Amino acid sequence: MATLTPEVLDTEEPGSHEATGGLWSWITTVDHKRIGLMYGGTAMFFFLLGGIEALFIRLQLAVPDGTVLTSDQYNQLFTMHGTTMVFLVIMPLAAAFGNYLLPLMIGARDVAFPRMNAMSYWVFLFGGIFLSSSFFLGGFPDGGWFGYAPLSTQSEVIRMDFWAIGLLILGIASLAGAVNFTTTIFTMRAPGMSMFKMPVFVWMQLVVAFLLLFSLPVITVALFEVLFDRNFGTLFFDPAAGGDPILYQHLFWLFGHPEVYILILPSMGIISEVLPVFSRKPLFGYQFVVFAGAAIALLGFGVWSHHMFTSGLGPVAESAFSLTTMFIAVPTGIKIFNWIGTTWGGKISLKTPMLFSLGFIAMFTIGGLSGVTHAVVPADTQQTDTYYVVAHFHYVLFGGAMFGIFAGIYYWWPKISGRYLSETLGKWHFWLMLLGFNLTFAPQHWLGLQGMARRTAVYPPDIGLDTLNMVSTIGAFTIAVSMLPFLYAMFVNSRKGLAAPADAWDGRTLEWSISSPPPHHNFHEVPHVEAIDDFWHQKYGEDEEGRAVRIKTFPEPSRYTDEYIHLPSPSYYPIMLAAGLVLMAYGFVFAPLGIPLFVIGALVLFGGAFGWAQEDPDHPMGDHADHHADAHEGTETGDEAQAGADASGDVSSDDVSSEDVKTGEVEVAADESGGDDV
Amino acid sequence: MRLAPLGLLVVLLLSSCSDNLPRSTLNPVGENAQTIDDLFRLTLAIAAVFFVGVNGAVVYAAIRYRARKNDDTEPKQIHGNDTLEITWTVIPALILATIAVPTVRTIFELAEEPPNALQVEVIGHQWWWEYRYPELGVVTANELWIPTDQPVFLSMTTDDEDVIHSFWIPNLNGKRDVVPGRVNTLTVSAPEPGVYLGQCAEFCGLSHSQMRMTVHAAEPADFDAWVDQQLAPGDVDENSAGWGLFLDKGCSACHAIGGTTAEGGGLNPGPDLTHIGSRSTFAGASFELTTENLKAWLRNPSDLKPMRPDSNRGMPNLGLNEDEIDTLVAFLQDLK
Repeated sequence: MATLTPEVLDTEEPGSHEATGGLWSWITTVDHKRIGLMYGGTAMFFFLLGGIEALFIRLQLAVPDGTVLTSDQYNQLFTMHGTTMVFLVIMPLAAAFGNYLLPLMIGARDVAFPRMNAMSYWVFLFGGIFLSSSFFLGGFPDGGWFGYAPLSTQSEVIRMDFWAIGLLILGIASLAGAVNFTTTIFTMRAPGMSMFKMPVFVWMQLVVAFLLLFSLPVITVALFEVLFDRNFGTLFFDPAAGGDPILYQHLFWLFGHPEVYILILPSMGIISEVLPVFSRKPLFGYQFVVFAGAAIALLGFGVWSHHMFTSGLGPVAESAFSLTTMFIAVPTGIKIFNWIGTTWGGKISLKTPMLFSLGFIAMFTIGGLSGVTHAVVPADTQQTDTYYVVAHFHYVLFGGAMFGIFAGIYYWWPKISGRYLSETLGKWHFWLMLLGFNLTFAPQHWLGLQGMARRTAVYPPDIGLDTLNMVSTIGAFTIAVSMLPFLYAMFVNSRKGLAAPADAWDGRTLEWSISSPPPHHNFHEVPHVEAIDDFWHQKYGEDEEGRAVRIKTFPEPSRYTDEYIHLPSPSYYPIMLAAGLVLMAYGFVFAPLGIPLFVIGALVLFGGAFGWAQEDPDHPMGDHADHHADAHEGTETGDEAQAGADASGDVSSDDVSSEDVKTGEVEVAADESGGDDV
Repeated sequence: MRLAPLGLLVVLLLSSCSDNLPRSTLNPVGENAQTIDDLFRLTLAIAAVFFVGVNGAVVYAAIRYRARKNDDTEPKQIHGNDTLEITWTVIPALILATIAVPTVRTIFELAEEPPNALQVEVIGHQWWWEYRYPELGVVTANELWIPTDQPVFLSMTTDDEDVIHSFWIPNLNGKRDVVPGRVNTLTVSAPEPGVYLGQCAEFCGLSHSQMRMTVHAAEPADFDAWVDQQLAPGDVDENSAGWGLFLDKGCSACHAIGGTTAEGGGLNPGPDLTHIGSRSTFAGASFELTTENLKAWLRNPSDLKPMRPDSNRGMPNLGLNEDEIDTLVAFLQDLK
């Protein structure tokens, strides 16, 4: 994670608020930007892990009757590939962007609940470690990412306990994040920023937060029932006792389909920011894009049974869900058409973020169209559970969600680090990934239609599956190769990259008005907003013919200010609470032997929650400073007060002397946007 | 460049069309499979128009509106167009409606039970298929025989303690899940004689990939002959060494042989072996029924196809020596 940290953040800067670079400062941070970076770094690590799992899967399937993996290993790997990519990669990457950008885009100094935000991250990290650690403790989960009962309730080893508990833990992180984001968006927007002046990215994060709030409770119920069936002898899904396996499917997909939009909408938000900037035009049909996003979310709760068209719902239900599923293509189409409308007549600059955004539209369209063929129930009875579906959702989630995420990384990296990522490497990354992606997944449409079922470790030779499987495997390795220029640009070249100004791309939204990297407190003064794309309107006016012309160029903003700006104090209680939770999880899985661990975990969790509740959010920084200086290993004694004050995050500049810190005189009025804490 | 891999794939697809595709949905034989394929191709054609239109527009815009060097002027700032918005809302909705009508009609059509269909009960097991013909009294495994002149109505379920499977013969019809505690139905028909392949399509645990099935569609006379043969008792010499081993090694605890003391009454957890020698495959239709394969199976079944015999899922290793294996294999192959 720390390696992902831009160089600039590693350097001691005068007046920066936290003791930069120190591990302890990252562990206790409540800064949304640092939490966002940690989310992003962790998720990218899991992306590589999930990618390696995918390569093993493709190696096994390269030839018929593959012998690279056993069926058991194969089942573990495809289960973890799906679980990892959905819950440990795309969801947290969306959280990473939301964390880093939401406050910057709405003119706030942090999220509404900074400590809960830190807790979300630590719970996610530990949940991911918990889930992945199953590999060393009896094997990865092997019942599919969807964990259908009764297969998931019958496997006797603990693998599916890891899966169910892991997802429950990750759900806590996502729910807390959703509460945090909705509150932030509703209550902390800069003056003047009415809902319909928010950037579309913010809108999409809001919609996603609502989707999470309403869908996660449903899977929580399903997961608890699986756990209870497995461990406590309940019979929710056992037909012999009147239980029903189909009930599980309804619960899972009532979460699982909104989940698809949870994964794709943040990327739709990202490209809705990127396309206007690189077309030099405003987003076409802003209100329609926003409403379409909300409509997709709403309709997304009414289509879940299209995942169950072969489970025997009966023709009436099948017809109803077929129609709702077709209907959801309408708002999706509206978005696509408006994005194209945005580029139309623009002056397009094909920088890497733009390439990935255009790639998103092209690839997502393919995934959307194959999705319509699933809505045709009779056709779906041939396609479902085949590689046609695998191709479909990879076009949506890789060609869509991941391409959008890469667009976002290239787009906002200059803001995060103060340096551009290399365009040359970026273009290699994009074209290789586009090629590899299509080589991998386009053939899978035909593989599915030619009868290749999903989740099969081996397939027979001579039934027309050989050639295209080999092509698909070559494609997968092309994707792996395409990651090399990206990783090189990220880890090696970014330190030498072209320095980026605050307004790196002639941007439209508020984050481009502040320095790169942003000040710890984001905004020296809370901005006043008058229009959509307010920052752009400050820079551009109209000439007498009504054409947009540049009227103002802002001086390069400073990262530092002399004024004191209150920010929430760091805290180690969030990580403590999260650690307690995961200890409890290990204890539960290994019960009865693990019961002592469960008890210890419960005590740690309680201690974390109790300490958190006792902690004064506006704690006089003097006490805090001493506290942290003591705890902070390796702090230079000469700088003790200063370093401690920095670690507390409460000081705005190095002008504040240690005397001030001790007497607490710098505790000026709490700022309107930074003070609320949990 | 963007479309190059797709073009390559179209070529590959066309070249593979001429091959024998015994498991392809694009090669419909059954009436229902044909209905589905027609509907799919209609949808695909409409989708193709959108694909070309949208992706053509993306590529066109990226080329046509690319900023020229040294051009610092701003393009016209357009915020939207209500007429366009309404157009691209209504037109796709109407097009979807035209797909929806045949879709709903076909859903109801496919759900109907055809009159005078042959009834077959399908029971999914981890990891093989059991078929029972209640009107004919036949019980068999993995290889489903059907007549070409009659639709076949499948009533499908599993044991309560089993898991969900899905019955899928792509040439004949779409798939239908086989769910514990429920009876789901599916109609298959094959007007042309032949062998059609299938694969369990719902992940059902360890050896899901080797839970396959075949359908043998036979001319009515051939089908009747097959039924007569299946109704005959097992061809067992009760003094043979093979029969002795079959009993001694506990095979009869799981496998029935009709017309013998190992008849089993249909309560046995393994496939019925009365006519195993007449089948062309075994173990979830995953292996050709050859002497070599049967020997490998008896040496240790889980080496050939991973199972969990200790959880009562699949065949245990009987610890046979080579002589016993040879004897048993010969015995099984004689069960025509």
